[in-house]
Amino acid sequence: MKHIAKLTLAAFGALAATGAAQAADAKACWIYVGPIGDYGWSYQHHQGLLAVEEAYGDRVETAYLESVSEGADAERAIERFARSGCDIVFTTSFGFMDATNKIAARFPDVKFEHATGYKRETPNVATFNSKFYQGRYILGQIAASVSEEGVAGYIGSFPIPEVVRGINSFMLGAQSVDPDFEVKIVWVNTWFDPGRESDAAKALVDQGVDILVQHTDSTAPMQVGEERGIMAFGQASDMFAFGPNTQLTSIVDDWASYYIERVGAVLDGTWEQVDVWGGLADGHVVMAPYWNMPYEVAAMANETEKRIMVGDFEPFTGPINRQDGTEWLAEGETATEGELLGMNFYIEGIDDQLPE
Amino acid sequence: MSPEIIQAIVLTTATAATPLLIAALGELVVERSGVLNLGVEGMMIIGAVTGFGAAQLFGSPWMGVFAAIVCGALFSLLFAFLTLSLATNQVATGLSLTLLGLGVAGMAGEQFVGLPGIKLQPIAVPGLSELPVIGPLLFAQDPIFYMSILLAIGVWWFIFRTRAGLTLRAVGDNHGSAHALGINVLRMRYLAVMFGGACAGLAGAHLSLVYTPQWVENMTAGRGWIALALVVFASWLPWRVVVGAYLFGAVTIAQFHAQAQGVAIPSQFLSALPYLATIVVLVLISSNRRMTMRNTPASLGKPFVPER
Repeated sequence: MKHIAKLTLAAFGALAATGAAQAADAKACWIYVGPIGDYGWSYQHHQGLLAVEEAYGDRVETAYLESVSEGADAERAIERFARSGCDIVFTTSFGFMDATNKIAARFPDVKFEHATGYKRETPNVATFNSKFYQGRYILGQIAASVSEEGVAGYIGSFPIPEVVRGINSFMLGAQSVDPDFEVKIVWVNTWFDPGRESDAAKALVDQGVDILVQHTDSTAPMQVGEERGIMAFGQASDMFAFGPNTQLTSIVDDWASYYIERVGAVLDGTWEQVDVWGGLADGHVVMAPYWNMPYEVAAMANETEKRIMVGDFEPFTGPINRQDGTEWLAEGETATEGELLGMNFYIEGIDDQLPE
Repeated sequence: MSPEIIQAIVLTTATAATPLLIAALGELVVERSGVLNLGVEGMMIIGAVTGFGAAQLFGSPWMGVFAAIVCGALFSLLFAFLTLSLATNQVATGLSLTLLGLGVAGMAGEQFVGLPGIKLQPIAVPGLSELPVIGPLLFAQDPIFYMSILLAIGVWWFIFRTRAGLTLRAVGDNHGSAHALGINVLRMRYLAVMFGGACAGLAGAHLSLVYTPQWVENMTAGRGWIALALVVFASWLPWRVVVGAYLFGAVTIAQFHAQAQGVAIPSQFLSALPYLATIVVLVLISSNRRMTMRNTPASLGKPFVPER
């Protein structure tokens, strides 16, 4: 028994030694809200981590913590990373915002990057986000073109600005093709629960929608679409394998280029606080191939994608009215980033009440 | 609401209720033997991942079902060994079984992420499935649904109509007396725990082969805990487990339909409704103390160490 204990100790010692011998130039750490096996949000962030490893090899050491819940746990996890020698910590969920800023204030030498948030209380906190809503405008155009019933079912996670903005953008796209297009919205109050998402999708299909849109992370709604013969859009990753006859396209998050750039900045010593909101043009949002639709529809979608990419078009351009019919944006006026980030109302044409 | 919508709600309710029902029936038998296994969530996720994996490996969802049952039972054996043979604390061991299960399943399932699953297809009973209204509901469901109904009847019959069931209850109510009567308490409990594990495994297989045919980490999403609550909700009576599981499923599904129809009730409230309903019923049941105590296994959670 004693021998085993000694051997184990020796093994640990050796491990620690090799760890020290391979000391990298920088250590980059990630905190994920979900499991890396969700094949959605956290999965895509982890693909970014893998891309960083690929790009810098031994120069960068990486670490990650998955399934960190938003709350007291997050603070502990971030602090643990800050103490353990991480040079840069990416916190990848909206709910990590306050925890990130709090820990950042206590560790001025560590860089923090918070995804989808807006608070940068100390100079060592940067924020980054993606303009997923640009992709959702394209989804709306496609939905209104291929739907026979003229009604889409929309599965929302939580009624936060990010999701509300997506619904509005989707409807603007749909209205540009069919002004009378309708949407039925169901909130599941979770980002990830395949069972609930699947139940919500079935309920929507039973209620007569013939297109499914999701702003939740699992592939369950796509599978319901495939099973019931309904068209659907994927979210976060390309879900084609789960709906080969169903997926029209998918909004794919691609964080790799951003992560490589920012970790590179840490290596060069050029890291600075930023607030990046990249979209289709920056390659942060990528549309999966347009599939299962007539050629003209795919061509239209492609055209819109190109126009948004070159900066020729922005979904939130007036005239746009609020749900009650009052004017929000006048002809030709575009929404400011502040308005977009805090969006908490529906646009005209959505027959539903936004939960408070 | 139109009759079609109501039928649709009932149909989807059965799918949502089946995994809860199976896992809760298994746990009911375990608790009737006097053992509290809080590891349902962990055993369920082990069933989900092995069910998905075996279905992929052998190309047959039935192999998945079989593997999930076996692996669920084997995984629960770990709990049985620790709590029964080594008399460790059941609550702590059960909790760690859940954590261990979630971790092991996540690791084992890494290669399955992003693979579309093989769905266990529904079986329509010829003739009967064409009956109006109840036909599609009772006779055109997936095989695990039929199993869950048979299981409910079987568990009731076993507990209240067989000698072995009487022994099980005796062990759960007073293990000291049962031991004095010459009943092998530990063997009974080993078997009960393994039955619970097998049921949780089957419930997991329903998730990854019928409900949402895919593997993703944490896909049980707390259903094991709901199953545990259902057992208390049902005050350890099998038929009440059936009612509870279907009630829970129905409220879950109905609230999505209400939202889609634009009913102006806050969605957060609707989402919480199934849980609120559970709490209300728990309060109602526990207010009648005699009713609760009559069915509660008196030795629940107490370790049994036979004197040598």
